[in-house]
Amino acid sequence: MMIKIENLNFIYNPDSPFETKALNNINLEINEGDFIGLLGHTGSGKSTLIQHLNGLIKPTSGSIIVDGVDITEKGADLKSIRQKVGLVFQYPEYQLFEETVYKDIAFGPKNLGLDDSEIDSRVKKAMELVGLDFDSLKDRSPFELSGGQKRRVAIAGVLAMEPKVLILDEPTAGLDPRGRDEILGEIKDLYNKGNITIILVSHSMEDVARLVNKIVVMHKGEIAMEGTPREVFRRAEELESMGLGIPQVTYFMRKYKESGNDVSSDVLTIDEAKEELLRYLRRNGND
Amino acid sequence: MIKDITIGQYFPGETVIHKLDPRVKILVSFAFIISLFFINKFYPYILILAYILTVTKLSGVPIKYVLKGLKPLTFIILITFFINLFMTKGVVLFEIGPLVITEEGLYQSLFMALRLIFLIMGTSILTLTTSPISLTDGIEKILSPLKAIGLPAHELAMMMTIALRFIPTLLEETDKIMKAQMARGADFESGNIMSRAKNLVPLLVPLFINAFRRADELAMAMEARCYRGGEHRTRLNEIKMEKRDYIAITIMVIFFGVLVLTRYI
Ligand SMILES: Nc1ncnc2c1ncn2[C@@H]1O[C@H](COP(=O)(O)OP(=O)(O)O)[C@@H](O)[C@H]1O
Ligand SMILES: [Mg+2]
Repeated sequence: MMIKIENLNFIYNPDSPFETKALNNINLEINEGDFIGLLGHTGSGKSTLIQHLNGLIKPTSGSIIVDGVDITEKGADLKSIRQKVGLVFQYPEYQLFEETVYKDIAFGPKNLGLDDSEIDSRVKKAMELVGLDFDSLKDRSPFELSGGQKRRVAIAGVLAMEPKVLILDEPTAGLDPRGRDEILGEIKDLYNKGNITIILVSHSMEDVARLVNKIVVMHKGEIAMEGTPREVFRRAEELESMGLGIPQVTYFMRKYKESGNDVSSDVLTIDEAKEELLRYLRRNGND
Repeated sequence: MIKDITIGQYFPGETVIHKLDPRVKILVSFAFIISLFFINKFYPYILILAYILTVTKLSGVPIKYVLKGLKPLTFIILITFFINLFMTKGVVLFEIGPLVITEEGLYQSLFMALRLIFLIMGTSILTLTTSPISLTDGIEKILSPLKAIGLPAHELAMMMTIALRFIPTLLEETDKIMKAQMARGADFESGNIMSRAKNLVPLLVPLFINAFRRADELAMAMEARCYRGGEHRTRLNEIKMEKRDYIAITIMVIFFGVLVLTRYI
């Protein structure tokens, strides 16, 4: 399944004093099996862009082709598109509404018209994917759970629709470091199980660097960069001018290299940095 | 979708109309509404139209924007129109089945519909050119003499300020929750009345829960900054009558005087 965005423009509140051009001539291809990090400063248009991908927002101009179907056309089957392209909003815990965790997660599958046994198995599977214990939590009220658990329930609610493309808008916003790592870990596991395309929206380079295989950087409503994490992080100065950074260890390695040490600064994670430093120190020690 | 509502929406600007004392604008709007009800024939409507157009022109608000305020109330205007059209007795103009249209009915329905339209447009200009903050400041000032008889003017104004402040937030949030539920396959647009009402549950529950949470946080934040009501509270920007306000009052008194006079000539 492939998504192709062509010449997409979007304006909020057109012809009013509050007119905002949120997206400016976006062209982007998302291929099956991609794990994309969509990065950009607050207000760069990330959320606006992803809401186009399942037809929640109609573009001012341009086209979005999902699985060969132009979803901007009149009469497009939005229900099936929203099943294929699952979207988890920012702070999704604020949309929980059911009496029990089970019912809330079942809301999506129910809207798809599935039968009860299918719904049951999907709820179980979705809860397992996000690390929630089915038996002890299914009958609890979602409102009495902790913040991190609520968010998992909300994510499970989208996973239960078994989308082929999963889009998560800043899924770690407002979580403590531990909660953040757990959620990111679960997203990674989900991707590794295969058969899914993921778009992870974030403004944190650290989060994204070690997970995704492609980065798209947005700036002021346009796509400013596109490439593998390594390619993108080589352009640290540009990123900084857009109010973004590079991962701290990459930054450290760059500085270390600048101060006259012959190391590669092309590292993304602490493990890679460790390897590189050990390699460098050993070689130096042997001289 | 929900954002079409103009009543209560401020159109920022620096014009004379924007700068008028909010008290003057509120009182003029009231006088405007009352004088509308004094009008008993068609031709004074020309004056009203001229008034609305002049003020709109002076305020720099595009007329389109003033007209937008009518959109959410189209239904009410139409109902008024048709009820008057079919229910007024008099000289029959023509009949379509059981429906009878009379000369008086036609006259009356047009008259009432125009009255409503002008009423909405006239008051839209007030809210379009006055920021919510100065609007409530004005109301507080106007009501403050009534404190003597126990009316909590400050508290009322504060409640209004808060309510106005949160309207955009609530609209935004409604939009967001609707979209989030639509992403899970919820349908807010089709079905009969019963199923539509039922479909609103996934929207209304989170909306209320979030509103209560917000109210709680706001109360706490206000308390943390030692808010304790109107007594001895001073303000940074006192509203003051200026020359332009006196000029506006003079013009308006003459204008409304003329309008009332048309009743008798
Ligand atoms: N509902 C809305 N109404 C009007 N303007 C909006 C709305 N949502 C976003 N915007 C504006 O569109 C631009 C892009 O916002 P958004 O897509 O939310 O960016 P991001 O998710 O990257 O922070 C911003 O300038 C923002 O103010
Ligand atoms: Mg966003």
